[in-house]
Amino acid sequence: MAVKDRLTGNEAVAYAVKQVNPDVFAAFPITPSTDVPMIFSSYLANGEVTSEFVLAESEHSAMSACIGAACSGARTLTATSACGLALMWELLYVASGMRLPIMMPVINRAFSAPLNINCDHSDSMGARDTGWIQLYAENNQEAYDNYFIGMRIGEHKDVLLPVMSCQDGFITSHGLENIDLIEDDKVKKFIGNYSNEVSLINPKHPVSMGPYDIPFYYMEHKYQQVQAVKNAKKVIPGIFKEFGELTGRKYSWFEEYKMEDAERAIIILNSSAGTAKAVVDQLRAKGEKVGLIKIRVYRPFPMEEIAAALSKVKAVAVMDKADSFSNCGGPVYTDVRHACYDLGENRPKIINFIYGLGGRDVQMDNIAHVYEELKKTMAGSGGELYRYLGLRE
Amino acid sequence: MSKMVEIRWHGRGGQGAKTASLLLADAAFNTGKYVQGFPEYGPERMGAPISAYNRISDERCSVHSNIYDPDYVVVVDETLLSSLDVTNGLKESGGIIINSNKDPAQLRDKLKGYKGKVCTIDAGKISEEELGKNFPNIPMLGAVVKVSGVIPEADFISKMEASFKTQFASKASVIDGNMKALKRSMQEVKGC
Repeated sequence: MAVKDRLTGNEAVAYAVKQVNPDVFAAFPITPSTDVPMIFSSYLANGEVTSEFVLAESEHSAMSACIGAACSGARTLTATSACGLALMWELLYVASGMRLPIMMPVINRAFSAPLNINCDHSDSMGARDTGWIQLYAENNQEAYDNYFIGMRIGEHKDVLLPVMSCQDGFITSHGLENIDLIEDDKVKKFIGNYSNEVSLINPKHPVSMGPYDIPFYYMEHKYQQVQAVKNAKKVIPGIFKEFGELTGRKYSWFEEYKMEDAERAIIILNSSAGTAKAVVDQLRAKGEKVGLIKIRVYRPFPMEEIAAALSKVKAVAVMDKADSFSNCGGPVYTDVRHACYDLGENRPKIINFIYGLGGRDVQMDNIAHVYEELKKTMAGSGGELYRYLGLRE
Repeated sequence: MSKMVEIRWHGRGGQGAKTASLLLADAAFNTGKYVQGFPEYGPERMGAPISAYNRISDERCSVHSNIYDPDYVVVVDETLLSSLDVTNGLKESGGIIINSNKDPAQLRDKLKGYKGKVCTIDAGKISEEELGKNFPNIPMLGAVVKVSGVIPEADFISKMEASFKTQFASKASVIDGNMKALKRSMQEVKGC
């Protein structure tokens, strides 16, 4: 039986890390992710974990320490937000390029300027092309579950990639909600033991890691990294299935909410998906054919699956809690629109809303407005493709 | 109770409004409810106005926005009445609970025509007498449970005692003081 508890999103992640008892946790605190290393350090002080806890002097150093530890075959993590993630940038590519399955809870927060500590997805969306697996969570439960699922994906021998496990800063990270925890023995069984055959401290198989790569080889090594991402695409469904058998919580690339006969749909990530579900319920009660897709795995991007799910829909609004300043829509929008290109006659009309930047509260009325706008889109009198939601004039 | 109860807290940074909202969520969880307790963060400064929120229900609530039409509003600092529209969106079927030594009738004028229930509790006094310091959040918690009926009283008292015993295992006087403050506020709240 699951253990019923109530935890904030950060507490849930810290508890997951305690259950894993990793070899190394290197961190530098930054709002709103600070709770994760802070709570973990109390587990450490109480003797509940045996990890090596490295208090680094910056996020650049924290990620460097993680890379060093992971090269020796250690189960390793750090946690961060916003500018902390930005300071790691150089090392994000090193971690993925060296194929090191480091875990990193990212507690999503806006970038400066203007200075802001609240939630949006600019940080992890900016890092979507760094070669990390990215998982997104609607609530504390999913943030907790994604930690274990993320480890299994990253540590899979055919994958060996680092994983960002994202949730919304403050909204879920500091919000207390009910949660079902998994018993310690079941966690241990699910995550198993990790041993990487390639390790700097294995004297039987001496290796060099991270040396200079000449142009004659570099592309082939990069292609191996691409292969690892393709392999992730293959192994993820099996990991979800196994997790479902363990907990009863059935996850997939994305959650389809009332999509069966939906004509209008929105695509959304993280906490606002929950708010949007309540709007779908209200509109369904009035007989409106609306649905929602909540993306859980953003990297690798489930391109074919998204296209199939949208092939029956007439109009779609993709919600981005980050802009990419490309003048052609936010990051999720461009991916989704690209995924639908080959649908031909079944291709829905697809518009984009940038929303919830810098912690702007996303209310049910805002989401209801999106579904209302989709009526116009469906009728072919849609307006701009790329818009801002709830912008004050 | 199948209906969801939504509560909005107004306080100043450092007064414990956020902690009180988390304690209320905790107490409601312990009586078998689905809960949400969350703060709204602005610039993090001592003394600046802050808000915190609770949703308490028999079913899981997936909504992750702030609360604009609360059933109850709790004001931990009376001085906020002149600077904030604390009854904004407050349902008239619900009520407002203010930390004050005044009678409810004396404060109604400041509430912009709000017609619902107005309650006051002298949380500062109770706290100073029972805990020796001005920690208004525990008395406010008792008052909000009394006024809203969101948790059965007897159940609330026994669950809070258990929770204080775990939290302050080595400080018996703190447990006693908090329990007295809680029970007194439930008796002394005016206007309910």
